[in-house]
Amino acid sequence: MKCREVVELMTDYLEGALTAPDRERFEQHIVGCDGCRAYLQQLRLTLRAMRSVEGVPIPDRVQTELVRAFRNWRSASR
Amino acid sequence: MVESSGSELESLKRGDEATFVSLIQRYHGPMLRLAMAYIRDHHIAEDVVQEAWLTAIRSLDRFEGRSSLKTWIFGIVINLARARRRKESRLLTFTALLRREDPDRREPTVDPSRFTAAGDWRAVPHQWENIPEETLLGREAMQRVQAAIEKLPPKHREVIVLRDVAELDAGPVSELLGISAENQRVRLHRARAAVRKALEDYLG
Repeated sequence: MKCREVVELMTDYLEGALTAPDRERFEQHIVGCDGCRAYLQQLRLTLRAMRSVEGVPIPDRVQTELVRAFRNWRSASR
Repeated sequence: MVESSGSELESLKRGDEATFVSLIQRYHGPMLRLAMAYIRDHHIAEDVVQEAWLTAIRSLDRFEGRSSLKTWIFGIVINLARARRRKESRLLTFTALLRREDPDRREPTVDPSRFTAAGDWRAVPHQWENIPEETLLGREAMQRVQAAIEKLPPKHREVIVLRDVAELDAGPVSELLGISAENQRVRLHRARAAVRKALEDYLG
């Protein structure tokens, strides 16, 4: 496997979608390749960054309105 | 990963208000990001999220929990947001239509000039391990990440928001979008590579 190919398999690898032999070849390459190891780490940190994108709090007005709708549903279904 | 458990659905169906409030607070951010994968206008996206909750409340008695509560609610967001976009896309210009690309096209996700003719790295990518948290997860980095997601083709954007921002599993996402597991991975890969590139442009 060449680095150029390995970088295109990284998502399949992270998703556990590689066949067993491909997975083995992938891992063998990664062990000996600083560049691909760094790239994989960059991808992992990219995922972490995306998960940390700040949550937008629900506006009070919207929350009040939704809770009212929920109560209405509850009293109608009793 | 925070998945709603079966008992959370039961509490909700029983009419437990604390459960409902916890859900709307927890999911508001990711639902809004998802709506914004289809709709640029922040206010319209907020409307879509609110409408999704109202729809969920109305349909709660009929929801049997075959998918997780989270998958179900995010599916409602997708349907409403797509309908809203269709309504507004009549305004799309002809050139915008021409520019639509095939989301499953296989092209290198890393600039080919970074490899030698033999396919090895010309210069190895930098280690990010020693970059301090406050830079990696700092304001500027977050803005770059968001801008990169917004620039993605819509079909890549919806996948990456569902998978990496809303943190849904691969199976439910393929199902929600009506695409094969493989197409889901192809789109996810292209999207992640683009966001990584945007971070690399910033972090080096």
